[in-house]
Amino acid sequence: MSAAEARRTLPELVEEAQRVLAICNACRYCEGYCAVFPTLQRRLSFTESDIHYLANLCHNCGSCLYACQYAPPHEFQLNFPRLLAQVRRESWRKYAWPGFLARAFDANGLVTSLATAASLAFMLLFAALLDGPARLFAAWSDAQGSFYAVIPHDAMVAVFGTVSAFVLVALVAGFARFWADTGEGRIGLAGAEPATGALDDALTLKYLDGGGDGCTYPDEKPSFARRRFHHLTFYGFMLCFAATSTATVYHYVLGLKAPYPFWSLPVLLGTVGGIGLLAGPAGLLWLKWRRDPMLADPDQKGMEAGFLALLFLTSLTGLALLAFRETRAMGMLLVAHLGVVLALFVTMPYGKFVHGLYRFAALVRFHIERRRPPPVTAPE
Amino acid sequence: MDSTGEWDVLVLGGGNAALCAALTAREAGATVLVLESAPFDYRGGNSRHTRNMRTMHEGPLDVLTDAYPEEEYWQDLLKVTGGLTDETLARMTIRRTQRHVPWMKAHGVRFQAPLGGTLHLSRTNAFFLGGGKALMNAYYRAAAAMGVEIAYETEVVDLALAGRRIDSVTVDCKGERRVIRARAVVVAAGGFESNLEWLREAWGPPADNFIVRGTPYNMGKVLKLLLDQGARRVSDATQGHCVAIDARSPRYDGGIVTRVDAVSLGIVVNRDAQRFYDEGEDFWPKRYAIWGRLVAGQPGQIGYSIIDAKSMGKFMPPVFPPEKAHSVRELAGKLGLDAQALEKTIAEFNAAVRPGTFDHTILDDCRTEGLVPAKTHWARTIDTPPFYAYPLRPGITFTYLGVAVDERARMILQDDQPAANVWAAGEIMAGNILGKGYLAGIGMAIGTTFGRIAGEEAARHVRG
Ligand SMILES: Cc1cc2nc3c(=O)[nH]c(=O)nc-3n(C[C@H](O)[C@H](O)[C@H](O)COP(=O)(O)OP(=O)(O)OC[C@H]3O[C@@H](n4cnc5c(N)ncnc54)[C@H](O)[C@@H]3O)c2cc1C
Ligand code: HEM
Ligand code: SF4
Ligand code: SF4
Repeated sequence: MSAAEARRTLPELVEEAQRVLAICNACRYCEGYCAVFPTLQRRLSFTESDIHYLANLCHNCGSCLYACQYAPPHEFQLNFPRLLAQVRRESWRKYAWPGFLARAFDANGLVTSLATAASLAFMLLFAALLDGPARLFAAWSDAQGSFYAVIPHDAMVAVFGTVSAFVLVALVAGFARFWADTGEGRIGLAGAEPATGALDDALTLKYLDGGGDGCTYPDEKPSFARRRFHHLTFYGFMLCFAATSTATVYHYVLGLKAPYPFWSLPVLLGTVGGIGLLAGPAGLLWLKWRRDPMLADPDQKGMEAGFLALLFLTSLTGLALLAFRETRAMGMLLVAHLGVVLALFVTMPYGKFVHGLYRFAALVRFHIERRRPPPVTAPE
Repeated sequence: MDSTGEWDVLVLGGGNAALCAALTAREAGATVLVLESAPFDYRGGNSRHTRNMRTMHEGPLDVLTDAYPEEEYWQDLLKVTGGLTDETLARMTIRRTQRHVPWMKAHGVRFQAPLGGTLHLSRTNAFFLGGGKALMNAYYRAAAAMGVEIAYETEVVDLALAGRRIDSVTVDCKGERRVIRARAVVVAAGGFESNLEWLREAWGPPADNFIVRGTPYNMGKVLKLLLDQGARRVSDATQGHCVAIDARSPRYDGGIVTRVDAVSLGIVVNRDAQRFYDEGEDFWPKRYAIWGRLVAGQPGQIGYSIIDAKSMGKFMPPVFPPEKAHSVRELAGKLGLDAQALEKTIAEFNAAVRPGTFDHTILDDCRTEGLVPAKTHWARTIDTPPFYAYPLRPGITFTYLGVAVDERARMILQDDQPAANVWAAGEIMAGNILGKGYLAGIGMAIGTTFGRIAGEEAARHVRG
């Protein structure tokens, strides 16, 4: 399995997964590492939908690669984590909405992400310059409502409101399409436990622990580094999101205009979150740099790096804006920050971000399924 | 690898027994070099294929349910070996297994929670999380952390057992010959199961059709050198663990997944389409070990497990897909068997099946009458298409011919006295306890017990 191996199509991946799953099902040594193995052990044969489900249930912790007596160079050439990573991308393409944008997954690399951010920032810059450079390069004080002096509030709301609404619809549609394919009924019908159980697993990243000692990432030695950096990323992101939400409340409910003082809730949340969102993606990038190439789908490195770079830059430009908002650099920083955030948003439904969405869906299904008795007989 | 100086303890082999010895000796302060003939990717011998270890315990543990007391363990062993065992060594091993789980955990091995295990053995056997390769990875990590030196692709090709001592061994290290000196030697280089020539010597031409389930590196070189130079022998070359596995398995290293669990649900015929043994004698996990020998005794060393649609999905799915046909005749064609003969065998079998209540979880009352050989449980007519077949061959797990040891793991010489600086652990001495037969999970029990003792004794020998 060289890094240069040709990318396989979905039917090829499904066939390969069926071969591998038959081996794992006869072996079962990895039962206990994660949710994937109990789930596959409930089945005697595997449909394409089962395979999407299993792939998105996998957290790519790597444990089952190093534990596998059939891993390359063994003639069975079994690399379960890589295979499931390859399937995951095909799942994301398959369930993406609208369907024709699925091909964006292929283009969504580091260069694309950065280029998108840059071009969006240039568009904003251009718009801001229509009024002449004076406003953009002035040193505004917070009291003057500096941000909106550069880009009018209404324009900002119009752009971000539209993009967010579209992203939300696309993500919900993707989730719904994935769910429809599982053949499970409406989620609510199973009661609250599956959702709360899945939430618990997602918020703690339960299955990024390799069965207890940490995942074998970036190499064979178990470690919690990846989980910790993901927590920084995830909670940092959530805090930044919370910062934006409280700012919206400040604006519309309390009638307070940005920028807010350092000790205000939006700025505090954004600062703490921003630090997490700097350290987290930086750490994840550092781990990725060192990771055993066997563990991942080499084709997705660009997409992962692009997502990490946008998260990191979102935070970096945001914190820089906070630090320099009363200087002449503010205008340029604002433009850069908004450009990066917009790029993050528009690429969200067609990039690595959706891993959270589909993993969550898979975890919900896992919690529904685990309450059923395992089937005694199986169809041939 | 430093081959100029003298090592305190030299460990020959790189499997479970070897690493248990190396870790223990190093912890006792000895300098330790491990010689592993396999390359890094295939390190860990047969141990990398294992699933669990049979473990005595007086009450529930976190990884084992209920209790499995010494006496019950001993009786189980006595039964399978038919008395061909050494009671002192066996009981010592059984008692020692109580101490292993905490020690293994302290060295990084992780276990499955009880009842998760699919073989329902979690009262008697502790299952390794991730299996034997994960276990070996943990031991190698622990060894590296405490400064045990490991030499991969380093095969022991010669040694001199003289004056009751081994003072040096000759290795082939990636094509280069070297002599390595040591003050104490632990031999843990496995049996000779990978050595097709030796198997042929012991079993005759049928050995050509054997599949080696585990490592291709257990060539028995160390064992042979020791036996030729005065170590006392235990068991004999035809004894070992030999099971029926899928005939399409790779020649080596197919491991656990090549099992076929359909046998007790249907019938097994040989190349002449004739049945040859009671397929329903006992639960399959208790019987698969005798089926290796049974198939080895058939012409061409091949058998075919045949079931019908009623049984499909009632057993652990094998790795290779079955041959499938809509009639017995068609199935015979696909298997290359005489169609008429197979139809006759199945018709006679069906006619002999008595009515009963089928229940695969107990020794049920479905059996044949007036048929030779009888099928004494789970006998149901084979009449519902599609029909399925899995080809079977003998799969050799490991051999029992070995060197004698005492309770301190010292290797015993032909004068019944121990060697001065040689200890043995694992497959290479398992025959002391397993004269024949097999008890699931006892290989690791023996290896861990004697590995730890050997490491401790060897270190004490050099350190005082
Ligand atoms: C598929 C399979 C499943 C099994 N499952 C279980 C189970 O679940 N539980 C259980 O208790 N037992 C099981 N066994 C049996 C078990 O594997 C053995 O009893 C046990 O691993 C023996 O350990 P060992 O260290 O003596 O030998 P091994 O682990 O085989 O180690 C022997 C080592 O010696 C090395 N070596 C050989 N010759 C030389 C030489 N000349 N120079 C240098 N190095 C050499 C080999 O490369 C290897 O590293 C299983 C066996 C197989 C094949
Ligand atoms: C349901 C919620 C989520 C779950 C269960 C989850 C789980 C995971 C897991 C298991 C990985 C490692 C395997 C892989 O790379 O695919 C991962 C990677 C990653 N996650 Fe999440 N995640 C969630 C939400 C998020 C969110 C909201 C963010 C941030 C916006 C995020 C950011 C990242 C990043 C940047 C990586 C890539 C790391 C890399 O490439 O090395 N995740 N996630
Ligand atoms: S990944 Fe390998 S060791 Fe794990 S269950 Fe599958 S076949 Fe077995
Ligand atoms: S990589 Fe980790 S999470 Fe994925 S299947 Fe393997 S053990 Fe489970």
